[in-house]
Amino acid sequence: MSKVWDWGYAWEAFPLLAEASIITVKATLMGFVVALTVGLLFAIGRMAGPMWLRWTVGGVVEFIRSTPLLIQIFFLYYVMPEFGLTMSAMVTGVIALGLHYGAYCSEVYRAGLANVPKGQWEASIALNLSTWSTFKNVILPQAIPPVVPALGNYLVALFKETPLLSVIAVLELMQTAKILGSETFRYVEPITLVGAFFLVFSLVSAALIRRLERHLNASPGRRI
Amino acid sequence: MAILCFGAGLWVTGFSSLRDFLPELLRGVIVTVQVTAGGAVVAVVAAFGAALARLYGPKPLRWFASTYVEVFRGTSALVQLFWLFFVLPHFGLTLSPLVVGIAALGLNIGAYGAEVVRGAIGSVGRGQWEAATALNLTRAQALRCIILPQAFVAMIPPWGNLFIELLKATSLVSLITLSDLAFKAQQINQNTLRTAEVFASVLLIYLALSLLITVAMRALEARAARGLRRGRVG
Repeated sequence: MSKVWDWGYAWEAFPLLAEASIITVKATLMGFVVALTVGLLFAIGRMAGPMWLRWTVGGVVEFIRSTPLLIQIFFLYYVMPEFGLTMSAMVTGVIALGLHYGAYCSEVYRAGLANVPKGQWEASIALNLSTWSTFKNVILPQAIPPVVPALGNYLVALFKETPLLSVIAVLELMQTAKILGSETFRYVEPITLVGAFFLVFSLVSAALIRRLERHLNASPGRRI
Repeated sequence: MAILCFGAGLWVTGFSSLRDFLPELLRGVIVTVQVTAGGAVVAVVAAFGAALARLYGPKPLRWFASTYVEVFRGTSALVQLFWLFFVLPHFGLTLSPLVVGIAALGLNIGAYGAEVVRGAIGSVGRGQWEAATALNLTRAQALRCIILPQAFVAMIPPWGNLFIELLKATSLVSLITLSDLAFKAQQINQNTLRTAEVFASVLLIYLALSLLITVAMRALEARAARGLRRGRVG
């Protein structure tokens, strides 16, 4: 066996991995947009829908949260085409990530929405606001800011799950590293670089979330 | 509840095709349970070790524990798994996939668990420490007899969530050639092409397993809380 760490090879692999990291970031951001949207819909359905909808959404959320993302990705990728819905690997991956973390985010939204006092709804009725306009202009602006840090944590968690997309051959970081490794039989450098990349991104984003948290707590006009 | 869901799953997917591949899936379940159980033991040991080292250890140990927690929380479970699987052999350490799976996932969940343990120890009132000092207990004695038993109750619910995360993460070991439930699912899918049935029943099996963990942890919590109350009265 040659030496354990080969800087030359690491330098060769670096640009390819940097390119793949763009796909990783893209999948993260698109997945998170899906998660934020789906999560809000889940939360509203679970809190304000008719009884049958509450039960259904509650069951779906619990189901998604208690089963592995890996199997969910396989399910969407292999089973959806049987129902005539063929999507690219990237789209499938983004939807799977979005649904999985949407289920987690819905709990966060629920906490935020439940924290808005009932009097806010009553005051809006007194002001003759419609339900939709109350929700959009009165309730949401109070419900979201306190839960932004919690949502941010899920963004980081989602980001760390993107290597799973390699199983359906999305050319993100992990898949690129595996391909590099199988071509050269040297896995040490690519996989270590991928690990370092995730570590740096997670630490930076964790620091940003902490700052955001401080900023939100300090901003004037917030109740309490 | 778990059995009910599982039964419903069997009914939904239809008995006829399930009968062909269910035994094979159950063989996968055994591996999944093995990795989950082994990983849970590693996670609890690592979490307590890291939390206690961070709180009370000498400086180098504290630094080491912090690095462990940050690194394992900051990178993906899959990257850690692959790193142990592909990179360790270069350092002359070749482990079986089962050991790699248990170690990687256990250490991953242990890093999250360390924060849970730290939080739970911190949540025990300062008066308890002061009372222990007044009773002339050493710090180790106070920790073992006074603080940890109380912290233990507070950390059971978050540990339940972590064990479910661990169960879900065990599906990753299928990618390092371990024939767990997820691996069997892919294999059977390739052989029989009954995609919908295979993956639906695998999802339901995972659901049943996580419900089992939830039920077990609730029972444990009720028991631990009862013990604590009795201790207070006595």
